Amino acid sequence: MRSKAIPLRERVLPVALVLAATLLLWYVGAVGLNRAGAVERVLAPQGAYSTGQLITATLNMERPVLPAPHQVVADLYRSLVDWPLDSPRNLLYHAAVTAQSTLVGFVLGTLLGIVLAAAIVHSRTLDRALLPWIVASQTVPVLAIAPIVLVILGSLGFSGLAPKAAIAMYLCFFPVTVAMVAGLRAPQRIETELMHTYAASRLQAFWLLRMPSALPFLFPSLRVAIAAGLVGAMVAELPTGAQAGLGAKLLTGSYYGNTVGIWSALVMSALLGLALTAAVAGVERWVLQTRQAA
Amino acid sequence: MGRQFALWLTLLAAGIAAAALAQAVPPAGSSDVGPATAHLLGLAVVVVLAARSVQRVAALDGRRWYGTATAALFGLWVLYFWQIGVTMFDVPRVLLPAPALIGQMLIDRWDTLAGDFVQTVLKAVLVGWALGSGLGFAVGVAIDRAPFLQRGLLPLANLTSTVPLVAVAPIMVMWFGFEWPSKAAVVVLMTFFPMLVSTLAGLQAAGRLELELMHSYAASYPRTLLDLRLPAAMPFIFNALKVNATLALIGAIVAEFFGSPTVGLGFRISTEAARMNMALVWGAIVVAAVTGSVAYAVLVQLERRVAFWHPSIRSK
Repeated sequence: MRSKAIPLRERVLPVALVLAATLLLWYVGAVGLNRAGAVERVLAPQGAYSTGQLITATLNMERPVLPAPHQVVADLYRSLVDWPLDSPRNLLYHAAVTAQSTLVGFVLGTLLGIVLAAAIVHSRTLDRALLPWIVASQTVPVLAIAPIVLVILGSLGFSGLAPKAAIAMYLCFFPVTVAMVAGLRAPQRIETELMHTYAASRLQAFWLLRMPSALPFLFPSLRVAIAAGLVGAMVAELPTGAQAGLGAKLLTGSYYGNTVGIWSALVMSALLGLALTAAVAGVERWVLQTRQAA
Repeated sequence: MGRQFALWLTLLAAGIAAAALAQAVPPAGSSDVGPATAHLLGLAVVVVLAARSVQRVAALDGRRWYGTATAALFGLWVLYFWQIGVTMFDVPRVLLPAPALIGQMLIDRWDTLAGDFVQTVLKAVLVGWALGSGLGFAVGVAIDRAPFLQRGLLPLANLTSTVPLVAVAPIMVMWFGFEWPSKAAVVVLMTFFPMLVSTLAGLQAAGRLELELMHSYAASYPRTLLDLRLPAAMPFIFNALKVNATLALIGAIVAEFFGSPTVGLGFRISTEAARMNMALVWGAIVVAAVTGSVAYAVLVQLERRVAFWHPSIRSK
C-alpha cells in the first residue's frame, strides 16, 4: 500500500542503485576470489604482470571460483542463441522441462488443495482430524520426502514427468489447503444467513458465496505454492540422474566443476521463478478484473 | 449421557476389532495367494469402526483438548492401517516399510541417526539459522533510518521469495567444501531475506499513538527503538524465525544432496534411498520432522514469553 503513494521515479532509482552496488560488489568479489587461481594458472607462466593484467585475467578465467557477471550473461546468451531450442545445450530447453513439471504439479496440487479445503470446511470430522496434521506438516521439511516419492513411483514404473510433478504437487497443496480453509470460512454470519433465507443449497452457497470470498486468500497462497513447486521440481531432478531440467543442469555443473554453467543455470532458475510468479499474478489480476466487470 | 456411552462403546469395539485383526493377520510373506477373504472382511469392519470412532470424538464439544484428541486418534488409526495394510497385502519393503520396521530402525541405528542429527541440525542448521536471521535482523535495524536504502532493498528482498535460493547449494559446496559450513552458508542465504523483510515490516508496526507518546516524552531514537518499536516488531520477527526454522532444515538437507561428508540427514536420505534401504530413509525423515515440530513449538513458547501483550496471544 505504501509503495503506491511513492512516485515511480523514486522507487526505481533506489532499486537501480542497490542493483548497481550488488554488481560492483560481485566484480570486486570475482577479482578477489579468482586472484590466486589467475596468478597460478594464467599469469605466473608468463612471468611479470601488471595490476591491469591481473584484473582482466581474473574476470575472464576458464573455470573461475566466482565468474564475473559478464561471463554469466555471455554464457546465457550463447546457450540461448547458438543452439536450437530442443538442444540440451540450450538453457531454455531445461527451463521448459522444469517449468512443465512445475506447472503440471501446481495445477494438480491446487485442485487437490481446493477440494481438500472444501471437504474440510463441510465436514467437522475432517476439520478436527485432518487439518491439524496439514497445519503441522508446514513446520516439517516435507521436501526431504522427495527421494522416497521418486523411489516409490520409480518402482511402480513411473518415470520422467510423473514423479517430478508429484513432488511439485505435494509441495503446492499444503499452502493452498491452509489458505482456502481460511478463505472458505471468511463469509460473515449475516451473509451465510442470507443464503439460508434464499433457501440456497449447500452447493449454491459454496459457488456463490464461499468461493468468491475465498479468492483473496487463494491467490497469495498460489504465489507461495508455485515458488515451492519450482523448488520441488528442481530437487526432484537431482537424485534420479535426470538428463534434462535445471536441477540436473546444476548437478552436472557441480560434477564437472563448470562454475559458469552453474551460475547461468542459477540465473535461469531465478528468471523462471520470477516468470512463473508473474504469470500467477497476471492470472490473479485478470480474474479479479473480470469479476469486478461482471 | 447416552452419547458418552455410545462414544466409549464405539472406541472399545474399534479397539477390540483392531487388536483381533492384528492377531489374526499372518506375518508378511507367509502366504503367496494374498489376503484371505475373512481378513479383508475384518479390515472393512475395522475401517468402518475407526471412521465412526473418529467421527464421534470429533463431534464432542466443550473442552479444548478434544480437538487434539481427535487429531491424535486419527494419527493412531493411520499408523495402524499403514502397519496392517503393509502386512496384509505384503507390500515390498522398498516400496513402503511398516511403521514397526521404521521404529525398529530408529532404535537399532540410533547412533547413526544421532550423528546425522548433530552434523545437520546442530551444526549446519543452527549456525546458519542463527547467522542468517541475526544478519537479516541487524541489516533491517541498520537501514531503518535510511528510507532510500529501504526502498531499494525491500522490492529485491521480496523478489527473492519467488526464486529457488536452494539452487546456490552447488556453488556453496564448491566454495566451502563438503563439510557443514557450506550447508550453513546456504541456510544463511535462505533465511536472511525473510528476516529482513519481516524486521522492516515489524519496525513500521508501532502505533501512531504510542509513537507520539514517546515523542512527547522527548525520547531519543534508541530509546524509542528499544522500548517501543522493537517490542512492537516482535510478532513479525518471531513469524520470520518460525518460517526460517523450516527453511533452514530444507536448505541444509537439500544442500547435502549436492555433496557432503558421509554423515548428515540429507546424505542419509539420498544414499539409503539409492540403496533401497527405505526404513532408514523414513527414520531420517522422522528425525527431521520431529526436529522441525520441536523447533516450532519452542519458538511458539518463546514468543508467548516475549510478546505476551499481543492480542493473538492474550486471547488464548
